[in-house]
Amino acid sequence: MTAVQLPAFVPLLPEIVLGLGAMALLMVGAFRGNLTVQVVDFSAIALLVIAGAILLALPAGRLTSFGGSFVVDDFARFLKILALIGSAAAIAMSLDYTKRERQQHFEYSVLIVLSTLGMLMLISAADLIALYLGLELMSLPLYVVAASHRTELRSTEAGLKYFVLGALSSGMLLYGASLIYGFTGTVSFTGIAQAASHGGVGLIFGLVFLFAGFCFKVSAVPFHMWTPDVYQGAPTPVTAFFAAAVKVSGIAMFVRGAVMAFPGITSEWQQIVVFVSVASMLLGSFAAIGQRNFKRLMAYSSIAHMGFALVGLAAGTSQGVQGVLVYMAIYITMTLGVFAVILSMRRSGGMVESIDQLAGLARTHPMRAFVLAMLLFSMAGVPPLAGFFGKFYVFLAAIQAGFYILAVIGVLASAVGAYYYLAIVKIMYFDEAAEGFYAMPIGVRVVLGICGLFNLLFFVYPGPLVEAASAAARSLF
Amino acid sequence: MIIGLGHYLSVAAILFTLGIFGIFLNRKNVIIILMSIELILLAVNINLVAFSSFLGDIVGQVYALIVLTVAAAESAIGLAILVAYFRNRGSIAVEDINLMKG
Repeated sequence: MTAVQLPAFVPLLPEIVLGLGAMALLMVGAFRGNLTVQVVDFSAIALLVIAGAILLALPAGRLTSFGGSFVVDDFARFLKILALIGSAAAIAMSLDYTKRERQQHFEYSVLIVLSTLGMLMLISAADLIALYLGLELMSLPLYVVAASHRTELRSTEAGLKYFVLGALSSGMLLYGASLIYGFTGTVSFTGIAQAASHGGVGLIFGLVFLFAGFCFKVSAVPFHMWTPDVYQGAPTPVTAFFAAAVKVSGIAMFVRGAVMAFPGITSEWQQIVVFVSVASMLLGSFAAIGQRNFKRLMAYSSIAHMGFALVGLAAGTSQGVQGVLVYMAIYITMTLGVFAVILSMRRSGGMVESIDQLAGLARTHPMRAFVLAMLLFSMAGVPPLAGFFGKFYVFLAAIQAGFYILAVIGVLASAVGAYYYLAIVKIMYFDEAAEGFYAMPIGVRVVLGICGLFNLLFFVYPGPLVEAASAAARSLF
Repeated sequence: MIIGLGHYLSVAAILFTLGIFGIFLNRKNVIIILMSIELILLAVNINLVAFSSFLGDIVGQVYALIVLTVAAAESAIGLAILVAYFRNRGSIAVEDINLMKG
């Protein structure tokens, strides 16, 4: 009898816990029906917390499994924690929303957990097959949750659009992956890095398709068309999930793919990333100016933020990756905070989404208006709020790598972006007061409080986050 | 004439292009978009299997099998969302998917 060698399962423990937990919750929901929605929701949050705790308890250093296709390094740890935070917040913010909209389905939390499992696999993926599997495991539940208000036309339309463009993007990514496999003869990132050092037309072709797929997932220009429609149509907690956790995993895949698999042809992919980053910053900043729908505005804002984050990747240095990581950490707190406010925009007639409805918020809900104003200032990059530091680190890396024009365009774009963020602040503080909103549900209140405090007080003690990001970035080079 | 790697790659490239054009030029029916997506994945599989055979490396065929499996799951979800959409809208014409501007 031949001995079967099992892969080391220890690095995968968080994923295994999430996978088994999701299946157990599915069983609970299937046998007990929708009576158990609350139980399933809270268990899902607990599951995400447990997965995070196990992740932090894993032995330090670089762990690999499945023949090197699954890697847990500091980079993966950092981004996995961010993704878990984003997912837990998405469930916490949906608790009251689904009840009031009469959309309580236990499947929602189970799908979020499954999608998070896909994200964790994606963040750790170190070969093209693992990358594809992680990406699809993340995306398939997302299509479903986007359409989860299945009786509402807007939600199903958003789900359909997201599905078609998501499937197209996976197709492009796969086509690129197949060319890269063909021209290097391997699917593992380290193998590709060795074989790719001399370049070649076929490989560059594959690289372009692969990056097109990446850009779709992080909604970078020119592959951003789906973002505003999907953000507007999907139920608001789902949009918050898309904007936070999904973006983090997309960036993780982008950075690991670029840095680990193609270190030999950095100058080739830098051109692509510079173009994408400039286009995203400019389009995101200018197109958001005319938007009146808050969710749609956030879609353009997230396109611009992806542009800023990619400035760090364009630098192609360890410092640049550190900038990307700091940026993403701060970005998810800003986004989750703003979506918490959007989720609290509910009055007797139901949810409202237009920014004009925020008129006079400073008089009706001074605290909420103050926190939203701070978050918006942070998004605009006003010191000393957290958003300033995010931008500071990516631009610093770009300048040290010699990308002066990129950094200048970035600063100009953020100045344009400040216009529409400040326009919202003006509506809240200086316009005639509208009817007040309902009191904030507890889950939303907690998320908004944490995000607001983080953004306000980050400058007091930025050390730990910056240090962690720096260690994470070094683990990739 | 000997059929070599180049021929397989050309067929795959043609199929891939047809799939992309099928998605963007079609104004009639969402089902056609789903078919175009399948066409793209088919092109990928031809690529993978051709490279696998050419390189004498089995990984490409494993990849192709995984792509097949995931593609089946993907179209199941796509059709389910399409059914939900049809129930609300009463039509699956591409021109009618226009509730939100963009």
